[in-house]
Amino acid sequence: MKNVVVIGGGVAGIQASLDLAERGIHVYLVEKEPSIGGRMALLDKTMSTNDCSICILAPKMNDCFSHPNIEVLEYSEVVGLTGEAGDFTVKVRRKAKYVDASKCTGCGDCMEKCPTEIPNEYNSNLNKRKAIYLPFPQAVPRKATIDEEYCLKLTKNRCGLCQKICKAEAIDYTQKDTMVELSAAAIIVAVGLSVYDPRDLHEYGYGKYENVRTWMEYERLINAAGPTHGHLKCAPDGRRPKKIAFIQCVGSRDVKRCRWCSSVCCMVSIKSAMLANEHYNDLESYIFYSDLRVFSKRFYEYSKRGEKDYRITYIHARPGEIAEDKRTKNLTLYYENEDEGKVDALEVEMVVLATPILPAEDTVRIAETLGLEVDDDGFLKTVDYLQYPVETSKPGVYVAGCCERPKDITESVIQASAAAAKAAVLAEG
Amino acid sequence: MMMAEELRIGVFVCDCGTNIAGFLDVPEVCEYAKTLPDVVYVKENMYTCSNAGIQEIMDAIPKYRLNRVVVASCTPRTHEPLFRKACEDAGLNKFLFEFVNIRDQCSWVHQKEREKATEKAKDLVRMGVARARLLEPLEEIEIPVEKSSLIIGGGVAGMTAALSLAEQGFEVHLVERECTLGGLLNGINELYPSDRDAGALLDEMREKIEGEKRVHVYLESEVDHVDGYIGNFSVKLKGKSRDELKVGTIIVATGAQPYEPMYMYNYDEYENVITQYELERMLKEKKTGNWQKIVFIQCVGGRGERVRYCSRICCMNSIKNARLLRKLLPDAEIYIIHRGMQTYGTVYEEYVRKAREEGVRFVRVKDGIPTASSLEKRNGKLAVGFYHPGLRRKLEIDADLVVLATPLIQREDAKRISQLLKVPLGQDGFFFEAHVKLRPVDFATDGIFMAGSCRAPADINECMMQAMAAASRAAIPMAKGYVKTEPYTPTIDEERCMGCGVCVEVCPYGAMHLVEKNGRRVAENIPAACKGCGACGSSCVHRAISMGHFRDEQIMAQIDEVVT
Repeated sequence: MKNVVVIGGGVAGIQASLDLAERGIHVYLVEKEPSIGGRMALLDKTMSTNDCSICILAPKMNDCFSHPNIEVLEYSEVVGLTGEAGDFTVKVRRKAKYVDASKCTGCGDCMEKCPTEIPNEYNSNLNKRKAIYLPFPQAVPRKATIDEEYCLKLTKNRCGLCQKICKAEAIDYTQKDTMVELSAAAIIVAVGLSVYDPRDLHEYGYGKYENVRTWMEYERLINAAGPTHGHLKCAPDGRRPKKIAFIQCVGSRDVKRCRWCSSVCCMVSIKSAMLANEHYNDLESYIFYSDLRVFSKRFYEYSKRGEKDYRITYIHARPGEIAEDKRTKNLTLYYENEDEGKVDALEVEMVVLATPILPAEDTVRIAETLGLEVDDDGFLKTVDYLQYPVETSKPGVYVAGCCERPKDITESVIQASAAAAKAAVLAEG
Repeated sequence: MMMAEELRIGVFVCDCGTNIAGFLDVPEVCEYAKTLPDVVYVKENMYTCSNAGIQEIMDAIPKYRLNRVVVASCTPRTHEPLFRKACEDAGLNKFLFEFVNIRDQCSWVHQKEREKATEKAKDLVRMGVARARLLEPLEEIEIPVEKSSLIIGGGVAGMTAALSLAEQGFEVHLVERECTLGGLLNGINELYPSDRDAGALLDEMREKIEGEKRVHVYLESEVDHVDGYIGNFSVKLKGKSRDELKVGTIIVATGAQPYEPMYMYNYDEYENVITQYELERMLKEKKTGNWQKIVFIQCVGGRGERVRYCSRICCMNSIKNARLLRKLLPDAEIYIIHRGMQTYGTVYEEYVRKAREEGVRFVRVKDGIPTASSLEKRNGKLAVGFYHPGLRRKLEIDADLVVLATPLIQREDAKRISQLLKVPLGQDGFFFEAHVKLRPVDFATDGIFMAGSCRAPADINECMMQAMAAASRAAIPMAKGYVKTEPYTPTIDEERCMGCGVCVEVCPYGAMHLVEKNGRRVAENIPAACKGCGACGSSCVHRAISMGHFRDEQIMAQIDEVVT
């Protein structure tokens, strides 16, 4: 029996790893962040059932980490590949965490004492985290990591508070990156996605108007573990919104930006609007869409439920412009309602932009390292869209999740299991 | 029952750094624990889960001859396996371990009530110790798994699953009720998005199946009867083959059927009003007419009309056929009247763009009302009327051909399959998965999986992906060769059991059944299928069912500690 290397510890990577490990195949799961969980760990609820995202994922993260057949290499990057299907050698850089994982208990004392605050990327930079940190409370493994870019001890040889406070004596400022070589019969690439930054769509004022948010920021704002503990707050006075507008296809289905449809955003906005209404039951939402894409199992019914029970109004329009009231910071959207055939305006307190899913930032680097082809849009290419849905251009390397094309959690899980079926043949063969 | 032995309970109370110790008085909880009956050792740990903490448990077991271990700390969700393993490694049966949750359910929720939180932690520890006294050593049960699979349905999903399982080294029995493999694909002309010939793909797949000695195909046959549970299903076929099979897993891939739009848009009266599937056949047989104006009407019967759901694949199907007709009839006008095109993703969005460039005209109407408002025969033409929201008036197109895009619906015999396997159908009529996000191709019943349009309408790419996923899931127990069940299964007191069958009805996993024993009907549990949920135990009015590790006495002892 040979090993399989899974690159990316989001829900797709976790599912693929568990499928393989359960049948007795040894898996190395390589994750670039200090915790597995990926994008799904940062979502508030999942659409169509409104399950708490981290609550359903965390048990899987734990299963994965504690599985005797899975070795998680967190905070690590794949930097080289040699060999061929059935007999690969994968070179991995394990980045220094400056914390002895065998001693750290994840208590959090060091994070309380650390004086260095930096924008928290796990909360869409909406609040601060420390230079020694856990990405999020349910992180797996629950071990601290020191950010070498910002740590005072590592950058200026000052401070050292975390070492003083750590009762487990886990802090080790001398740690270095290490290289490991993993042998693998097959590789599954599940490196996930990134999200479009809509700053270049000046008409919507993102980055300029405080009450214009992206959907990923909204996920954190509505989340009880997020920077506002789940309370929606608007500038300038922190009042909660009574009306929210969601704009679909911001940067996507746009030949000048992202040509594709991201598949999930219509449902994400419906879900977000439902959650807002669950928090404040007089809150009204307006979803501005081009084609409401609600095609998967129970999605259409969900969209109708939003209209009926959650005060959602769907408006067939692409707003041309948003204007901000300088005093109230309220936002007025100007649009042509295509279902009514008239030009209209709507004032709201908050606007959420549904920006498209892009390939993850390091997809190109991974593709070059592994020798994989990417498609015109930058996603990893399969041999044949129709018949070979998980096979990349390189035999023995399979793909799952959003790095292949935008898809939802269900489809990522399905593709991950499918990739595991192919990888298992090589590992057991 | 176990031998009467002296009870020696060890209690470990965790500070969890400041997570627990910061909000309640851990030393006080420890002192209190020492006063509880049969507690011979109490230890406070800064982190019971750290290597040092685990070592302390492992050292204390032999040193103080502990035969029960209680840890009061975070949550069993993440840490029970760790502490159980520590007990096991120190030679103690792991079911003699009891978890007391004083973090998630105590210190974290009472952060501003130190005294009350401390009292609650004491209550919880007392309850845990009471239960620990009654714990019994248990063994996990291993059940062997037959390394073969039954696949019901020989369409593209069933064939793909069969090939994948065979490739993974398992025997496959593929049962198809028609005289040929291929299912709905047999009636399809070309496949989007590559515009590849469906027949060629089918031929390729059939050939692979024929060349695969591990796949046994049963044509013109159906499943007549299924008995058993994961690892050990007995299957009887009917029809052309009456074989009896032994399989370890089952994949349901029975597909779907197109909705027939009777009494809609005069479909049953007008010759040139046809369904998408009839158009497929015409294109396949090259029997298209010299039509000058063609109108596709989307969502006929779908999206709240005859069925509530969106059928997912019809938009792409219409675009595909519109593009084909565009090539065949370069002068024809082709319209697709729709309620929002569902061309999701990278490839399909590109596909619709191409269709637009080639001159296919898309007309968007409002959702929630019938796509076209009228269809009448006038001067030998079909006048299709619809309300154009942008122009705010009704328009008409005089068409030569009207194509109705109807949804895929569940097959009529799905209900029979559902009863046969004791697996559920959802409100929409499609098979119902164990979890919509995280277990999309599993049934809640172990060992049974699903793929393709019997789950929800799916196109070829999606059917193949799901089939491979189902094959991966089904392969897990077969590759392992066994399934292990936690010993939380019920024991039935046959004297008390009246054979009423309530437990059989409430069991969501098909793990209870009635058997004849000594001339009486009594309930029996199938451990391999059982999840130990306790539904049977709690619903047995005769108190004949006792759940392993959660016996009534164990639970009552805990409750008594807090109510008395």
